[in-house]
Amino acid sequence: MGRVRTFSRRAFLVGSASIAGGVAFGVFKVNTPYPNPLAENLADGEVTFNPWVLIDGNKVTLITPHADKGQGVMSMQAALIAEELDIEFGQFETSFGDPSPAYWNTAMADEAAPFMATDQGRTAEAARTVIASLVKLLGMQGTGGSTAVPDSYVKLRQAGAMARETLKRAASEMTGVSVGQLTTSGGAVHLPDGRTLNYTELAQAASGADPVLRVDLRAPSEWRMIGKPMQRLDILAKSMGTQAYGIDARVEGMVHATVKTNPRQGGMLNGYDAEAAKAMPGVLKIVPISNGVAVVASNTWYAFQAAEAIGFDWGPAPYPAGQDQHWETLSASFSDKHLDSNWRDDGDVEAALGRGEAISAEYRSPYVAHAPMEPLNAIVRVTDAMVEVWTGHQMPTVLQRAVAGVTGHKPSQVRFHNAFIGGSFGHRLEAEYLVQAAQVAVQMKGVPVKMTYSREEDFAHDFPRHISMGRATGTVAGGRVEAIDLQIAAPSVVQSQMGRAGLSPPGPDPQIAAGSWNNPYAVPNFRMRAYRAPPLAPVSSWRSVGAPGAGFFFDSFLDELIHAAGADPMAERIRLMRHDVSRKVLEAVAEMSSWGGELAPNQGRGVAFVESFGVPTAEVVEVTDTEHGIRIDRVWVACDVGQIVDPVNFENLVQGGAVFGLGHAMNCEITYSDGMAEQVNYFDAEAMRMPQCPEIFVKGLENGPKIRGIGEPPVPPAAPALANAIFAATGQRIREMPFSRHVGFV
Amino acid sequence: MKITVNGNRHELDVSPDMPLLWVLRDELNVTGPKYGCGVAQCGACMVHVDGEAVLSCQMPVGDLEGEVITIEGLGTPEALHVVQQAWVEQQVAQCGYCQSGQIMQAAALLQENPDPSDAEIDEAMSGNLCRCGTYPRIRTAVKTASASMRRA
Ligand code: FES
Ligand code: FES
Repeated sequence: MGRVRTFSRRAFLVGSASIAGGVAFGVFKVNTPYPNPLAENLADGEVTFNPWVLIDGNKVTLITPHADKGQGVMSMQAALIAEELDIEFGQFETSFGDPSPAYWNTAMADEAAPFMATDQGRTAEAARTVIASLVKLLGMQGTGGSTAVPDSYVKLRQAGAMARETLKRAASEMTGVSVGQLTTSGGAVHLPDGRTLNYTELAQAASGADPVLRVDLRAPSEWRMIGKPMQRLDILAKSMGTQAYGIDARVEGMVHATVKTNPRQGGMLNGYDAEAAKAMPGVLKIVPISNGVAVVASNTWYAFQAAEAIGFDWGPAPYPAGQDQHWETLSASFSDKHLDSNWRDDGDVEAALGRGEAISAEYRSPYVAHAPMEPLNAIVRVTDAMVEVWTGHQMPTVLQRAVAGVTGHKPSQVRFHNAFIGGSFGHRLEAEYLVQAAQVAVQMKGVPVKMTYSREEDFAHDFPRHISMGRATGTVAGGRVEAIDLQIAAPSVVQSQMGRAGLSPPGPDPQIAAGSWNNPYAVPNFRMRAYRAPPLAPVSSWRSVGAPGAGFFFDSFLDELIHAAGADPMAERIRLMRHDVSRKVLEAVAEMSSWGGELAPNQGRGVAFVESFGVPTAEVVEVTDTEHGIRIDRVWVACDVGQIVDPVNFENLVQGGAVFGLGHAMNCEITYSDGMAEQVNYFDAEAMRMPQCPEIFVKGLENGPKIRGIGEPPVPPAAPALANAIFAATGQRIREMPFSRHVGFV
Repeated sequence: MKITVNGNRHELDVSPDMPLLWVLRDELNVTGPKYGCGVAQCGACMVHVDGEAVLSCQMPVGDLEGEVITIEGLGTPEALHVVQQAWVEQQVAQCGYCQSGQIMQAAALLQENPDPSDAEIDEAMSGNLCRCGTYPRIRTAVKTASASMRRA
């Protein structure tokens, strides 16, 4: 705590200084950078100009430090560098690089500042600058919160431009031709007489040249790549089965392992009997780890089989054993004592509620597992001198600290080889599996151990999305929404997640309320209060974090009021919207879907709007009430990210986000019984499969003033849009996810 | 025990009840087929055995009869299988972890039925989970592949 406070004070000073000095937020500060990590281990003949570009006599390597869990950021980062470096896809290699504070995330502050994303006033921007300074001082490298694009957008183009200009300077010194007469394209400098010098030929000369640090970025009209369809760099390997993920990594002399720890998460292991397991084929060793046991074997399947044969005596869970008690805890948390923050208080809610006939409703959002397709896995090798880790992870510094904490090395002695990730949705922010893998490796010193979770272990030990409960009261008058009083109670996901990393962040948890108060509507009387329930089951960030719950509550209730007022759900949302960029998003989705057109009597449409991660997103869902249940026919999504980097990948991510939001709202939850998750494999949490997938139409707008990421924002509006559509088709209002508790789906 | 994978013969010394998936991945280092669930729920482990789509997590290696083709044996970068070509063209993959299985399933479907209807595509692909939600593109890619197969 003391440490954080010291940093905060320093950060504030630095932050104020930056504001005074007019240094733009998010711009890589050339004059005060962290040392370039590539410069530390430069091999003979290599040259580097900044932490993202490395050139030798044979090849150009671009460092793309953001973790790629399917969102395509390796390709996106390379494209931003290549745009200014004047090099084409196919002419360079990429690497995730080594962890370094030089890769601190310049965009994380935006989401952390307690202001509406649509608020770009001086106070809000100043707060963001101060927080960004703290992130920088801590050297926080990380991927998450839909920040990869906003973090990279300016600084990677600058990195490419600086490298290009330095290469030109080297070419000029080499040939005597002035820089102004040189041009660049296709990974080479061109001389006026037609001669060409490849960047690789210039590496040697450039290492002696003074680096060019001041460059102007090209105008969008000059872009070759940004905004145009690209073929993602990983698409070929991912269509050929040759893309290697962490689970496919192989290290000489490697053995295989799996773990079983108390399915009552955080509960103790009282005892175990591994006699039968020890004698099973392929088993090399059975070793204890925190709250569980690991089987080391010659093959993953042998390890799985032996782990199944161990008898365990598990201790109780450190949280209520039954799901009902979790809900009761939330229900009891709507009191002043638990008030976490009063996020919004427009007009006079009390007075407005007294005027009309109040409408009230209660909503629930369940625990939900991340369950990406690639189960958790890591290879760890421990020697006296160092630890090596091969896995896919979003937070390199968290990983280094977690592993070093087990092995007794310094975090800097933990060498992390990041890998492509087979989906995360927040799963790979967590470090518990790394601690376990390190605990096994310590007991197998010198031997690389590949630890792989079984799918069942992955479900049992997923730190799911937090549960939350919403209570809303409102009034309507004269065909309009007049007042909304929304209260949400939830355990703090930030507290739970940061707590596992040994941190206790001060202040309210924005994720209890995210997706509700921040929607830029001008409801005349609007109050939103968030209550922090006591910790329950350990929880974690799940794609879009608080917004899928709080956004569902807010938008569903708004829809209830609009129907009570007798207004049109689209028209009333547009009327209430006070933010231009957001209003255009609603208008776009209305136009795309031909809102208001004819529907069959058993059909219905719902619209929802949620702003999350700075991206106003509106979705329309169309359903048919068939004799086999609800069928989702078509979905339209409009959103605004300021600037689309690659329209193809953008569309894919938006469609995937809608599928993710709809599928989980349909049928996914984690419930606890006897302290254990009741869901053990995909048959308990299917989400959406191919036959249920609707047609999904996407429109990306570019009116917003800041560039934003699209990984998460399409998720939150999906659930309320679906619930609103089911209401329109059937008259049944569903106030609880998953909806399969109340309706059947085709 | 001997098995043939992508045209290569291998001599094995493992329990006959070991699923083919783990023989491929851990014993032979053929990692295109993925472990997703182990219980016939996700399709990530799909391979072809004598041309038929088979969930390799459900096939004890001792019961295996016939030649195994994994995604690695389907096409090469120079000569992509028509389904892989369609997958590249439509840029289907996000994380890509499920896509080996999706492609093997789609290839088996088109082998049997080169011109499937939407319902037939949905039905055939219903066992293959994609947590990233690439279903709309998978649907388009199957149709793209089907069209170019019929042209050829
Ligand atoms: S791993 Fe075989 S179906 Fe999931
Ligand atoms: S692309 Fe990630 S699971 Fe299908």
